[in-house]
Amino acid sequence: MDVLLSDLRARVLMAHVGRKSLYIRGGGTKGFYGLPVDHDAVLDLSPYAGVIDYQPSELVLSARAGTPLAQVEEMLAEQGQMLAFEPPHFSAGATLGGCIATALAGPRRASAGSVGDFVLGVRLLDAQGRVLRFGGEVMKNVAGYDVSRLVAGSLGTLGAILEVSLKVLPRPACETTLRFEMDEATALRRMNAWGGQALPVSATAWCGGCLTVRLSGAQAAIAAARAALGGEALPDEEAQAWWRSLRDHTHPFLAVRSLWRLSLPSVTRPLGLGPTLIEWGGAQRWLSGPVPAQRVRQAAALAGGHATLFRAASVDEARASGVFHPLSTPVAAIHRRLKNEFDPEGVFNPGRMYPDL
Amino acid sequence: MNAPTEIGLDPIAAERQVEVVQALRAVLPNYCVLFREEDTRPYECDGLSLFRQLPMVVVLPETEEQVRQVLRLCKRMGVPVVARGAGTGLSGGATPHAEGVLLGLAKFNRIVHVDPEARLAVVQPGVRNLAISEAAAPHGLYYAPDPSSQIACTIGGNVAENSGGVHCLKYGLTVHNVLAARVVTMDGEVLELGSSALDEPGLDLLSIIIGSEGMLGIVTEVTVKLIPRPAVARVVMASFASVEAAGDAVARVIAAGIIPAGLEMMDRRAVHMVEPFVCAGYDLDAEAILLCESDGTEEEVADEICRIEALFAQCGATRLQVSGSEAERLLFWAGRKNAFPAAGRISPDYYCMDGTIPRRCLGRVLSAIAEMEHKYGLRCANVFHAGDGNLHPLILFDANDIDEVERAEQFGAEILELCVEVGGTITGEHGVGAEKIDQMCVQFAREELDVFFGIKHAFDATGLLNPGKAIPTLARCNEYGRRHVHRDAIRFPEIPRF
Repeated sequence: MDVLLSDLRARVLMAHVGRKSLYIRGGGTKGFYGLPVDHDAVLDLSPYAGVIDYQPSELVLSARAGTPLAQVEEMLAEQGQMLAFEPPHFSAGATLGGCIATALAGPRRASAGSVGDFVLGVRLLDAQGRVLRFGGEVMKNVAGYDVSRLVAGSLGTLGAILEVSLKVLPRPACETTLRFEMDEATALRRMNAWGGQALPVSATAWCGGCLTVRLSGAQAAIAAARAALGGEALPDEEAQAWWRSLRDHTHPFLAVRSLWRLSLPSVTRPLGLGPTLIEWGGAQRWLSGPVPAQRVRQAAALAGGHATLFRAASVDEARASGVFHPLSTPVAAIHRRLKNEFDPEGVFNPGRMYPDL
Repeated sequence: MNAPTEIGLDPIAAERQVEVVQALRAVLPNYCVLFREEDTRPYECDGLSLFRQLPMVVVLPETEEQVRQVLRLCKRMGVPVVARGAGTGLSGGATPHAEGVLLGLAKFNRIVHVDPEARLAVVQPGVRNLAISEAAAPHGLYYAPDPSSQIACTIGGNVAENSGGVHCLKYGLTVHNVLAARVVTMDGEVLELGSSALDEPGLDLLSIIIGSEGMLGIVTEVTVKLIPRPAVARVVMASFASVEAAGDAVARVIAAGIIPAGLEMMDRRAVHMVEPFVCAGYDLDAEAILLCESDGTEEEVADEICRIEALFAQCGATRLQVSGSEAERLLFWAGRKNAFPAAGRISPDYYCMDGTIPRRCLGRVLSAIAEMEHKYGLRCANVFHAGDGNLHPLILFDANDIDEVERAEQFGAEILELCVEVGGTITGEHGVGAEKIDQMCVQFAREELDVFFGIKHAFDATGLLNPGKAIPTLARCNEYGRRHVHRDAIRFPEIPRF
């Protein structure tokens, strides 16, 4: 067996036996996300890197967790393909493992699907140092529970992702970005109306009285949509840089400490909680600046969604407000039981998602 | 009160039945509790009629509260519970338990509401798949997953099995199109999983519920995503002189950056089987036929159809035809969608398999299946969701011939094990159920099955929900392993035994 892998296994096994906790780390670009973890040691997955298999005509790529996201995307781009969920990097060094463990998606999320939607299989290092394989490299697979999807977004609380197989998609032949001046309420109505029509909208964002819309697809479809929608086209390079700034939070609105993310039904009317940036056709809303946690969570829950303290101003703020929205009692109970089945000694990332997980 | 007994049960079973029926009648109206053989007989099997079992009791609750009470009661009394929708499943996932309650959700048949602005529908689990699209149609919307059984199958069953359909390459499976579900656990607790937002806090439990085959909870309400109906759809029908050439054509289309709305293959036997049934004008000289659909705006479709035709021609298509009207498009599809009933016309029985393979292994797998036809002395027709590698070999046999039944089952098992060997899976969309439980031992290691049991335990510590399905026990795998070694190692296999 691979030396790197046997080393990882040995370290996990020792932690398990010695009841020590491990903080799983890839490129360290998303360390801010989640609650601070009191840990005895770091389990560094970044050396466990490399693309294992890539079959463009099968639309599948398999790689080790430490593989830089940039390398994966470059490889895909050479074949005219992409990760459709447009994952954020935040900064250089982001890895594929971190991308799956956090399940954060970028501007294309609302039209293309979530990170979990594209995870076909994982190889997981469990809390006893065993290597387990779930799912596979095929598009359709309903044998057993879909553990790969459960692992996506689990923030390392169930196990360490060693490898992942992803469904990839062709890049759109053509992209155009349009801008419209309009207020928040009108933008929300417009985005939802477009969602109900067969238009090639691949991303939307509203901020400061301006709605930006990206169209992706065949030349003919984009031309027809442009004629129907109007608006002012942005130069391609400027548009690409702008969407990237949203994806990686270098956009001035998002590059702040104390940033709330609200995940809401897309039709939710403006909440009036302060400066807002809207994405995903209304389903993702960012609030910047100090807002009382209780107020944000209440407003999100009332609208049928939830709120995350995406980037806290300090460790104290994260601890005081919690990061993720509280779970209902029966759902929280299932979480604890699942954690107990996967990782009874609490080896992996204890407390990163919820204090008692 | 009518004495709840059934003639023919042994005294102990009869006594237990009386006890359970009486307890159920305390939480349900009498007409919701069926126990006489003439009433329970219709529930003895699902779409996989090879497996039949009369349930001890059938309950047809009408409210979520009743479902909670039934589950609490069954937990207290230690009674196994098997959920059932329309009973169209193909893996025996709804095969009843002899000492259990069969919980039918047929009365949960209401579309709660359709929200065209938010593009979603809230429906009860007993609503038929197609009925959702019909209700959404006035708004120009539809529910994308379209299993071939969509006129009959229910959304609750689709959630349990994570059903696909011929359009899932582009539009996804059930899991990609369900936003939320209400689930009652064996403890009688209600879990609200997912929401009308695009994600939920914590672990993605909804994804574990979808495709969990009634092992984790009973779904009482589902919120599905609706999407705009494309302006146009057209389909290219192409004939090829070999399945390999057709397989290459599929790979070429995908490599060219096209994700067709549907991409299906039928082999020669399947074409010959369905053509007399549907008269779709299929090419009877072809070794394989591909159906490749493009949807979108008029311009987009015209452009894509052109590219697909060119690629097929380059790959040696011997005949190419594009649907000229919606009626013709539906006719082209009719053959594919009616492959199962057509099989029923030419053979007393058929056994539908559901393996998925990496597409590049298609040639190898199909030639191996051809060899197995000789080995087992049975015919097999292949229909194939070519775009996503999901094979549906239909093994033709006669259920009145016990030996043929056994050969059909062995034939099926060998196909599935080959799928695993080439890097695929034993089930793409039909589920493991009762049928493929032995092959789970081939696909997963002991430790992985342990994780599945852990998940089961976290949701249903009693193990009373659909026992004996989906996940094999260690003992079962050991037994299967022994039989397996036996079969290969046995001397003089031609001598009749037992």
